[in-house]
Amino acid sequence: MKVRVHNNWPPGHIRTPAYLRGKAGEVERDIGLFNNPEQNAYRLPPQKSHLVRIRFTMSEVWGDAAETPDDVIEAEIYAHWLEPA
Amino acid sequence: MGGDPAGDINHEQHDFALWEKRVDALMVLASSVGLMNTDSLRRVLEDMGKESYETMSYYERWIASVSQNMVEAGAFSTAELADKMAQVKARGATYGDAT
Amino acid sequence: MPHDNHDTLSTSGHPYRKDDDTALSYWQVMEIAVRELLIEKGHITAVQVHDQINTMDARSPAHGAKVVAHAWCNPEFKLALLADAAQASRDMGFDIGPMHLIAVENTASVHNVVVCTLCSCYPRNLLGLPPDWYKSRAYRSRTVIEPRKVLSEFGVDIAQDVQVRVHDSTADMRYIVLPAQPARTRGLLENELAQWVTRDSMIGVGLPQAPN
Repeated sequence: MKVRVHNNWPPGHIRTPAYLRGKAGEVERDIGLFNNPEQNAYRLPPQKSHLVRIRFTMSEVWGDAAETPDDVIEAEIYAHWLEPA
Repeated sequence: MGGDPAGDINHEQHDFALWEKRVDALMVLASSVGLMNTDSLRRVLEDMGKESYETMSYYERWIASVSQNMVEAGAFSTAELADKMAQVKARGATYGDAT
Repeated sequence: MPHDNHDTLSTSGHPYRKDDDTALSYWQVMEIAVRELLIEKGHITAVQVHDQINTMDARSPAHGAKVVAHAWCNPEFKLALLADAAQASRDMGFDIGPMHLIAVENTASVHNVVVCTLCSCYPRNLLGLPPDWYKSRAYRSRTVIEPRKVLSEFGVDIAQDVQVRVHDSTADMRYIVLPAQPARTRGLLENELAQWVTRDSMIGVGLPQAPN
């Protein structure tokens, strides 16, 4: 399944790397439910969010600057940061 | 951070000092009793700003974050921390004397 | 602490970090104060601090090496490791606490390398504390954009027909690379194989090496 990371730039603590925002990739696996770090970081009672491993190609992330276009980056992204692509 | 321009990777390695190992242990133990968590540790580190990466060592940043987390969690007050730090400082000129 | 003799190198061959025989720093004062306040108020005990340091000191890449060697020798265990590396490590008797661990396998067509761009996440409950370079801005910034160049600086050149997979430990998982077993180690016993598994090979910036 192909998904895209929200291109959002809120202040405060988030675990979505800047270089992956707005980028699309394939779901590698759903790891399960984990505490939402955006609440956990402020000691608020955290809601659970699915944590999903996404596989991005270097060409998707870095465009023409990619070192080797078909190499990949895999990262864990919380489901509330993902939308269908 | 990811993808930002950066120079050569420095391969020098140091052994951790006792005080650094204690900072690490305090983070683990304070987390185990619910006074903080990995995300709250990271949030304070980030709020300290990029300059802190240039001016402070890894465990200096960690103890600053652990300390702020303890105040936020109500483990002790800033006044209690200031009193205790003054007492510690008065004990001697080295870590060995003060600890 | 063994540095009263003012040796310049520790038993591990690394220089000692400035420590308790140098001027007391502001942050050291804060560490002592935070520790004493937490103990006085009953949140933690001095024994717990001592024990936690010993627990972390006891963890080392040798533990991960045993896991890797076991996977090389035992196909069923390898499947279990790739399915749930945390449980497989616990089943071997390693106390890794609540850590979630994913093992990623190097093959003839895939080379894996691990980084944490957001902080310094590392499988510390199995391998011990991370090397200093792993926490550096340079490694964290560059590995996601030029992994092949970073790997070549570590002495690992990846063929163009092999895909590099960079694993960014962005959240709750920690990663260990299951390196490919070198062909010339076939027939060695499991405890001999473990000697070939380096820390760097489990991060993905090295390959298994013949022991010295």
